[in-house]
Amino acid sequence: MAALFKAQRALGMAVGHGIRCLSQLAELPELHQMMRQTCRDYAQKELAPIAAQLDKDHKFPAKQVQELGAMGVMAVEVPESLGGAGMDYLAYCLAVEELSRGCASTGVIVSVNNSLYLGPILKFGTEEQKKQWITPFTTGEKVGCFALSEPGNGSDAGAASTLAHQEGDEWVLNGTKAWITNCWDASATVVFATTDKSLKHKGISAFLVPMPHPGLSLGKKEDKLGIRASSTANIILEDCRIPLGNMLGDRGMGFKIAMQTLDSGRLGIAAQALGIAQAALDCAADYAHKRTAFGAPIGKLQAIQFKLADMALAIESARLLTWRAAMLRDAKKPFTKEAAMAKLGASEAATFVSHQAIQVLGGMGYVTDMPAERHYRDARITEIYEGTSEIQRLVIANKILKEYQQ
Amino acid sequence: MHRSSEVKHVASYLNTRGCECFGQPCESHCPVLTDRTIHVQLKTFIKIRVKPDRTGVVTDGVKHSMNPFCEIAVEEAIKLKEKKLVKEVVAVSCGPQQVQETIRTALAMGADRGIHVEVSGKDYETLGPLQVSKIFAALAKKEQADLIILGKQAIDDDCNQTGQITAALLDWPQGTFASEMTLEADKLKVVREVDGGLETIKINLPAVVTADLRLNTPRYATLPNIMKAKKKKIANVKPADLGVDVCSRLEVLKVDEPPQRQAGVKVETVDDLVGKLKEAGRV
Repeated sequence: MAALFKAQRALGMAVGHGIRCLSQLAELPELHQMMRQTCRDYAQKELAPIAAQLDKDHKFPAKQVQELGAMGVMAVEVPESLGGAGMDYLAYCLAVEELSRGCASTGVIVSVNNSLYLGPILKFGTEEQKKQWITPFTTGEKVGCFALSEPGNGSDAGAASTLAHQEGDEWVLNGTKAWITNCWDASATVVFATTDKSLKHKGISAFLVPMPHPGLSLGKKEDKLGIRASSTANIILEDCRIPLGNMLGDRGMGFKIAMQTLDSGRLGIAAQALGIAQAALDCAADYAHKRTAFGAPIGKLQAIQFKLADMALAIESARLLTWRAAMLRDAKKPFTKEAAMAKLGASEAATFVSHQAIQVLGGMGYVTDMPAERHYRDARITEIYEGTSEIQRLVIANKILKEYQQ
Repeated sequence: MHRSSEVKHVASYLNTRGCECFGQPCESHCPVLTDRTIHVQLKTFIKIRVKPDRTGVVTDGVKHSMNPFCEIAVEEAIKLKEKKLVKEVVAVSCGPQQVQETIRTALAMGADRGIHVEVSGKDYETLGPLQVSKIFAALAKKEQADLIILGKQAIDDDCNQTGQITAALLDWPQGTFASEMTLEADKLKVVREVDGGLETIKINLPAVVTADLRLNTPRYATLPNIMKAKKKKIANVKPADLGVDVCSRLEVLKVDEPPQRQAGVKVETVDDLVGKLKEAGRV
C-alpha cells in the first residue's frame, strides 16, 4: 500500500513537472531566445571561422575567452554582485550549445569554468572565498579548472589517493591529478584530496589552490584526438602548501561536493555534445543539398533522408532532455536522473550524428577540408568525461530502482 | 544571385537637445534623447523567392534581423552615450509586431528605450523611404531630438533615401555615409566616404547622420544587458497619431528574378572575339 502510494506520488510529480515545463519546452522565453541568438551570432562570426586552425595549432582561444567574459558568458549563473551575468542554468546550457556549435573546444573551456570551477565555489564557498575565487574569474581574464580524476581512478572517484594533511596553519597536498581540462591556461583549481583515509569516500575534502603555486606543477599537454584547443594535462602536487582558509566546504565534504558539481557539470557537457551534433548535422544537410549523384542532389535519396531524420531526432530528443533537466535544476527540484539521461543521450547523439555526417559526406567527410572530421573527433570525448556513459547508466538505474522501491 | 527583397524600413534617430551646456552631462533642463535606426531585412543567406503573383518576395517564415548598417548606427549612439555626450538613446522601428524583437536587440546593446511605430498588413508592404521619413520627422519633433543616426541604406532594397529625406523634411543638415563622426561643442564633424575619397564636413545640430560600414564595429549584447533590456520600455505609436499618412505614391508593377546566367561562348582568336562583340553591338 505504502509502495503504491509512493509510486503514485512519483508519477504525480513527474506529470506535474511535465505540465509546468511543457510551455517552456514548446518555446523558450524571450530572454533566453535573445541570449541564444547572441551566442549563436558570436559563434558563427568569431568561433566557426577559426575553429579548424585552433584545432590544428592546439591553441587556447585567449582573445575569444576574454570577449566571452565581457559578454558575461564565462560566469552565467554567478550573481551580478559577484561579477556574473545572473542568469539561470537553462540560459547557460543554451550558451554552451551555441558556442560549441562554432567551436567545441571553446564550449568546454566555457563549461569547465562555469560548472566545474565557479559552480562548487558558488554553492559551498564562504563569502570571503567567493570574492577571492569567483569575481576575478568572471571576466574571461582568468579561467579555473577542476581536479578530481587521478591516474589511478576516474570513475572510481571515491578512491582518491591524493593526500592532504595539516601542518600548523597550512594544508599540505601530495599526489597527482590526471586529465585536467584547462589546466595549462588556468589561474586556480578546485582539488580533491583525502584528509581521512579511514573514512574512505567520506574522508575526501575539497581545496582551492591558485595557479601557479609552489608545489604545484603541470604535466605535459596531452595530445588528444579532439577538443585540441583546450589544454589537458596532469597536475602534480608535491608538498603544495595552502592556507587553512583554502578548504572549500567542511572537512570530509569533498565527495559530496564533487558529485553535486558533476550533476550540474554534466548538463554543460550535454550542451556541448548538442552543439557538436548540431554542427555535424548542419554540415551534412548542407552537403545533401549541394552534392549531386545519380543525376540529383543526394538529399533526394531515401538513404540520405533516413540518416538526416535519425540524426535530427537524436539531437532534438537529447536537447529537450537537457532543457528539462536544466529547468528542474532552476526550479530547485531533484534533477540527478534527468541530468544523467541528458548527458548520456546527448553524448551518444553527438557520436552517432557526427559518424553519420561523415558517411553522408563520403570521401569529403574524411578530409580536413570539411569540418565533419573535426566534429567526429570532438564528439568522442563527450561520452567519457564528466561521467562515462557507463556511470550515467548506473546513476539512472539507481534512481529508477529507488522509485520502484518495494 | 539573390535579388534584394522588398523594403521593410524602420528608422530610429539620435537625439541630443541643443543647449549651452551641450557636451556636458546636464540633468535638469536638457534631457537628451537619442534614437537609433533599426532596419529590418531578410537574412542574406536565405534563398530569396519571388512571390507567384510577382508583387514582391516571399517573407513568410523568413527570419528577419537588424540591418547591418543600422547595427552600426545603434553602436555609434551607444558610444556617444558612454562618452557622456548624449543623455538618452531611443531606438525606433516601424513595422508589424515582430519588429519589437529588433528593438529589444537595440535595447540589449544599450539603448535606453524604444518606440514601435505600428505599421502592418498592406500598409507595411508598401511602406517606403518617403513614409518612413515622414514618421521620423514627426517623431523627431515630438521627442525634441537633436541627432538622428540611421544606417545609410537597407540591404533589402538598397534605397539609400530615408536619411536624406528625413533631413530635408526637418530642414536639418545631413552627414551621410559617415565613416567617422565627432561631436565638437554644438557642431558635428562628419567624415564622409564618397566616390573620390573622404570628405570632412562640419554641420550644426540638430542633424541627421547615416552610418557607413567603417564607422565602427557593433558590439555583441552582453548577458547582463540582455537581462536589463527586459525592463526597458517600448512605447507603441501609430502613424496616424503622428499625423502621418503612410499611403504609398509608388506602385510596384512587377518583381522578377534576375535573368538566368547564359552559357558563354569560346572563341579561337582575338579577331573572332572582336567580330563577335561587333555582332552583339557591344563595340
